[in-house]
Amino acid sequence: MRPSSARLLNILVPIKRSIDYAVKIRVNPQQTGVETNVKHSMNPFDEIGVEEAVRLREKLKDAVKNITVVTIGPTKANEMLRTALAMGADKGIHIEIPETLSPEPLGVAKALKEVVNKEKPDLVILGKQAIDDDAGQTGQMLAGLMGWSQATFASKVEVDEPRGVVTVTREVDGGLQKVECKLPAIVTTDLRLNEPRYTSLPNIMKAKKKPIEKLSAEELGVDLRPRLETVKVTEPPKRKGGAKVESVDELVAKLKEAGVA
Amino acid sequence: MQRIALRRVSGCMRAAHSQSRMISSSRRLAAPTSLHTFTEEEQMLREAVRRFAKEEVEPKVREMDENESMDPKIIQGLFEQGLMGIETSADHGGSDASFTSAIVAIEELAKIDPSVSVMCDVHNTLVNTIFRKYGTDAQKDRWLPMLAENKLGSFCLSEPASGSDAFALQTRAVKDGNDWVINGSKMWITNSYEAEIFLIFANVDPSKGYKGITCFVATKDMGIKIAKKEQKLGIRASSTCTLNFDDLRIPEENIIGGIGKGYKLAIEILNEGRIGIAAQMIGLAQGAFDKAVPYTYERKQFGQAIGTFQGMAFQIAEAAIEIEAARLLTYNAARRKEEGLPFTKEAAMAKYYASVVAQKVSGSAIEWAGGVGFTRETGIEKFWRDSKIGAIYEGTSNIQLNTIAKFIQKEYS
Repeated sequence: MRPSSARLLNILVPIKRSIDYAVKIRVNPQQTGVETNVKHSMNPFDEIGVEEAVRLREKLKDAVKNITVVTIGPTKANEMLRTALAMGADKGIHIEIPETLSPEPLGVAKALKEVVNKEKPDLVILGKQAIDDDAGQTGQMLAGLMGWSQATFASKVEVDEPRGVVTVTREVDGGLQKVECKLPAIVTTDLRLNEPRYTSLPNIMKAKKKPIEKLSAEELGVDLRPRLETVKVTEPPKRKGGAKVESVDELVAKLKEAGVA
Repeated sequence: MQRIALRRVSGCMRAAHSQSRMISSSRRLAAPTSLHTFTEEEQMLREAVRRFAKEEVEPKVREMDENESMDPKIIQGLFEQGLMGIETSADHGGSDASFTSAIVAIEELAKIDPSVSVMCDVHNTLVNTIFRKYGTDAQKDRWLPMLAENKLGSFCLSEPASGSDAFALQTRAVKDGNDWVINGSKMWITNSYEAEIFLIFANVDPSKGYKGITCFVATKDMGIKIAKKEQKLGIRASSTCTLNFDDLRIPEENIIGGIGKGYKLAIEILNEGRIGIAAQMIGLAQGAFDKAVPYTYERKQFGQAIGTFQGMAFQIAEAAIEIEAARLLTYNAARRKEEGLPFTKEAAMAKYYASVVAQKVSGSAIEWAGGVGFTRETGIEKFWRDSKIGAIYEGTSNIQLNTIAKFIQKEYS
């Protein structure tokens, strides 16, 4: 159990380097995945996570002791870590893996568990899912591995630092749900939680001096090899053209023709 | 495999303004790298400005152009992003970044709106640089923080009777006690409508010809009168006004660089400014290209995407070549400046060529998009209108050619 007095918050924000959301993705000729020689950037939900951590610091001021960002990615992911530092994180951890390796949620969660044991954060903020695999599992798995509370799909996060509690408004199918979790806890971000800031030039320059620690999966004792084999990836069938109708009657007639109405 | 960007040794940040290439302390010697080499910060800046321009500026471009007016929120946004004190030291509230960083920012802004780009360019490469290079410590302490934080600057040299022949300017400054009293007019002044800080070039002693020209700094509330705001063909959102000085009183301490030094100051500063304009022009060309070319791969005629017809493909390829060539001229001139090498000729070449390419590519972009390119709705035609000024301001194309020719004559005869 953690002492409940004079807690200073350590926040850990795992981030993933994924294909930029604006890229027109194409299936690769081998049909094993998409073409990856395209622009990559920080997973948008993870960016929201970094932003939320920085906002928590702006709100709680000195109560937030440290914001660390961590990524499991190839050498190029370093740039993304710098961007997170420029947004306001204090330090980065880079678990370097070969570019050909795409870690799976359970492997990532296991690696993050080791990082959590090392860094001892009070709050871990992850994106709800990565926009490349849309798995939506890592945060939940990490909570399971750690035995911590989890509040996923957050659209609002409030930390009561003296009480050691985080109150999260979750977006669920039926509407909004409010949960209160004792720290330490896992939160995953949803789209409406915040709008990430642009990295201003003075902050970009400051980010140069912030440290990035390099770790390897071996050092952490984690096996990141995939357990799943992707058999085939194809494009969805091309949209067939529709037709314009002039009136509601015509619409109903056409729907009847198509056997739908 | 990406080339290692040459990193600054952290203790030498300030001194690195004129020498940004430091030999990395690793085993690797300073192998020359391609002109596509940027520091991590410059790359991050490019990405940040690209996003800001796309999300904050782009939605307002058409409206600002139609209304011939700059949205104050955009000016504020540029200040908030640290883009108005790019090279200014951190002590003075700036971003302490390289000259090339300014060029990167100007280029990225121009891809979305050349009007916003020129505002940022003039403020950084002309106004800020004058204070940084020629200001006394007291002047730097006083003016640079304001310019970095929220006050827009303006550079006032041209007059109704003096453009290319800049030093035939007629604005007069007469000493009166501890002040100088300025009378005259300036014309074609960028940023003037929104600016609060003005650098005014006036002659204190016409008998000395250009050697009497002196640079004064004034604030709007000292009594600068903004007269006519020009209605222009392009960069309409960028304010271009006539200024009148009617017994404008400026204290002696507001002279920058010393009495009679205005000529030298202006010439040197305009050299750097030229690279800024080149950056604006290449951004403009790229912006037009980026709008029109994807359209050519979607628009089908005769059962085929028009961009895939060989004739079109060849034109598109040539445009890409020209943009790349202009870009390399621009970035090389910028790096030469950072390295402390002479760059006057290269800057003139970059500005001249970039303005030519901007006109050509933006014109082609309209044609590639056909009728749609001709309407104001898609914003392609705006680039063509905006490009024309490239051949005119901060040294007309003929002046650039003149400058380059003089270098060649010196070298070859």
